[in-house]
Amino acid sequence: MASYSTNEFRSGLKVLLDGDPCIILENEFVKPGKGQAFNRVKLRNLMTNRVWERTFKSGESLEAADVIDQDMEYLYTDGEFWYFMLTDGSFEQYPADARAVSDALKWLKEQDVYTVTLYNGSPLSVTPPNFVELEVVDTDPGMKGDTAQGGTKPATLSTGAVVNVPLFITIGEVLRIDTRSGEYVSRVKSS
Amino acid sequence: MARESVWRPSASQAALRDRAQQLAFVRGFFAQRGVLEVETPVLGRFGVTDVNLDGIRAQVAVGSRTGAWLQTSPEYHMKRLLAAGCGSIYQVSRVFRNGERGRRHNPEFSMLEWYRTGFDDVALMEEVSDLVCGWLGCQRPDIIQYRDALERWADIDPFAVTDRQLMRRCEPWLEPEQLADLGRDGCLDLLMSFAVEPNLGWDKPVFITGYPASQASLARVSRSGGHETAHRFELYIDGLELCNGYWELTDPKEQRLRFEADNQLRRRSGKPEMALDEAFLAALEQGLPECSGVALGLDRLLMLKLGAQDISEVLAFPFERA
Repeated sequence: MASYSTNEFRSGLKVLLDGDPCIILENEFVKPGKGQAFNRVKLRNLMTNRVWERTFKSGESLEAADVIDQDMEYLYTDGEFWYFMLTDGSFEQYPADARAVSDALKWLKEQDVYTVTLYNGSPLSVTPPNFVELEVVDTDPGMKGDTAQGGTKPATLSTGAVVNVPLFITIGEVLRIDTRSGEYVSRVKSS
Repeated sequence: MARESVWRPSASQAALRDRAQQLAFVRGFFAQRGVLEVETPVLGRFGVTDVNLDGIRAQVAVGSRTGAWLQTSPEYHMKRLLAAGCGSIYQVSRVFRNGERGRRHNPEFSMLEWYRTGFDDVALMEEVSDLVCGWLGCQRPDIIQYRDALERWADIDPFAVTDRQLMRRCEPWLEPEQLADLGRDGCLDLLMSFAVEPNLGWDKPVFITGYPASQASLARVSRSGGHETAHRFELYIDGLELCNGYWELTDPKEQRLRFEADNQLRRRSGKPEMALDEAFLAALEQGLPECSGVALGLDRLLMLKLGAQDISEVLAFPFERA
């Protein structure tokens, strides 16, 4: 496996530290005019999401972590694993466990495409697209005429996610949701 | 970086004007004091032996010569001029250090280096203060002994601490296996960088002086307070290291020994050994006048003038845009 020396460190680099895959967030080069150089590095452990701060002597190196992001279509779940398939036509499938799916769970819709981060070939995490379109399966009855101002109510979506929506939304409508904030964006015109 | 922004300078127009003004100030300062401006090669036959400095090799093919080094400092060439009887001299030059890039580093930077014949380190510190305080309008610096700085901010006496205690003191930053081959000076550099330096020069500028003899580089060494210290000084302002000066070593035998010791360190740390600059050593044998010299980072001086946090703010084109 390739390794990176301190002078190749940059944010975004994926490396192995204490056996865990990490992503470099910040890298500060520290060196007295005469004397030993160091790199002060902030990394996020991709297994635990914890942020670590470490110091390296100039010239030390870290092994590259075999971490890649792949576009995959969500297929189904058997309750234990969530199955994703590469969109490159290879039909290759990957089972992601609950820890990898984590917060993406409430945005998972069959046949939608997600970013699956693979570590040594196994799903490490699943990231939904910034926006998803989901159908309302339950909410209080819509209030006619109230289209513009004020007031929200909870609505349950087909994935089980509950989001606050305007009062005029009715069951069966498809909504556009921002997965980063979990907020309602707009109605999707049904064709 | 978006393509449409890649051609633009990273420094503001105002910073570029201040840079020009700073250069004019420096030249005026030395003209007034009768110090001669000189220019020496950026492309030299020899590189530096210092284990902590990595030169950048140049592919040159001229006559029978095929290799050269971009200079990490104009020191050896300037000392040859001193030996030739030039008297006090200064130079604004571009210097090159491989692998150095960060908020305070660019692999190519502007260095102001000057030598004063007949000055000792104390006299030169006065002149550094005149220049820096004259330009920045700051208070004159305090002088703190290296030993006192380490005691105050790192809780160790750098001359008395055992290797074991020193390594223990570094453990907040490095794992024991990283410390194993760092060596005593490497440990002290770590403490200097992470525990001491961030505290230096906030109320007013501060000179650190009285470095351990092992960190003398090209400074002369003398005994004081029961241990050998180097006549070397550094100036810190707002936690930023600005310059490094010596009461210069003039003994050619001692100089050769230090070069050879450097190469030994290089061998041990797996770095290529460097050929000794025989022209420089010959100049020392001819006789370097008693003098002190100092190298000051002009980009950093401008950072201080403008309150810049990143060297990119004062460089027209930092390395990524060069």
